[in-house]
Amino acid sequence: MKITVAGVQKEVADGLTVAQLIVDENVETPQYVTVTINDEFVENGTFEQTVLKDGDNVEFLYFMGGGQ
Amino acid sequence: MIQLNKADFEKMLAHATRELPDEACGLIAGEVQGTDKIVRKVYLLTNIDHSNEHFSLDPKEQLAAVKDMRANGLVPLGNWHSHPESPSRPSEEDKRLAYDSKASYMILSLMDRENPVLNSFHIEGTDAEKEDLQIKE
Repeated sequence: MKITVAGVQKEVADGLTVAQLIVDENVETPQYVTVTINDEFVENGTFEQTVLKDGDNVEFLYFMGGGQ
Repeated sequence: MIQLNKADFEKMLAHATRELPDEACGLIAGEVQGTDKIVRKVYLLTNIDHSNEHFSLDPKEQLAAVKDMRANGLVPLGNWHSHPESPSRPSEEDKRLAYDSKASYMILSLMDRENPVLNSFHIEGTDAEKEDLQIKE
C-alpha cells in the first residue's frame, strides 16, 4: 500500500503499525514524537495498535519546549 | 552564521511582548546555504503551558507550520522562545529538551524591556554554543 510520510509518498507493507513505521523511518528520540494521521493526533501509547491504511498521510511532530 | 531579517526579529519581539508575563515561542524556517542558515519565516505559536517559566509549542499549530514550510519550500531551522525575566542563554531545562543538535535555538530575553537581547544557540547535550546571529535590515 502507499502512504505519505512527512510529505513523501512511500510503498509500505499492508498492516504496518505506527510503531513499526517509527522504527522503519529511524525516528530519533521517539519518546518526544507526536504522530498525526490525516491531521488527527494519534494518542500516545496506542502506536503499537494503530494500523495504517492505504492513502494515509502521516506526520511526525517533535515535542519542543523548555523554560527559563 | 544564522541570518534573520529585522522585520522578522520585530515580529518575534512584538509577539513576545504581547504574551508577557508568559514566555512566547515559535518556529523558524528557511534555507541552508553551506554552513549558513537563512531564516525566511518566523512562526508565532501558542505556548500551551501559559507560563512565565516554561513553554511547549501547540502541536496543532506546529503541524500547520510544518505544512506551511513544506508548501513554501522551506526547511525547519529550529525554534525560538522568550525569557521574560532572565538572560538570553539556555536554561538547564532548555538544554535537556534540545534533542536536535542540527537545530538552532533562539532565545529572546526581555529582562531589560528597553533592550531586548536575541541570541541563537547550537545545543548538544549539556553544551550550548552561541551561533553567529546576524540581523539584517
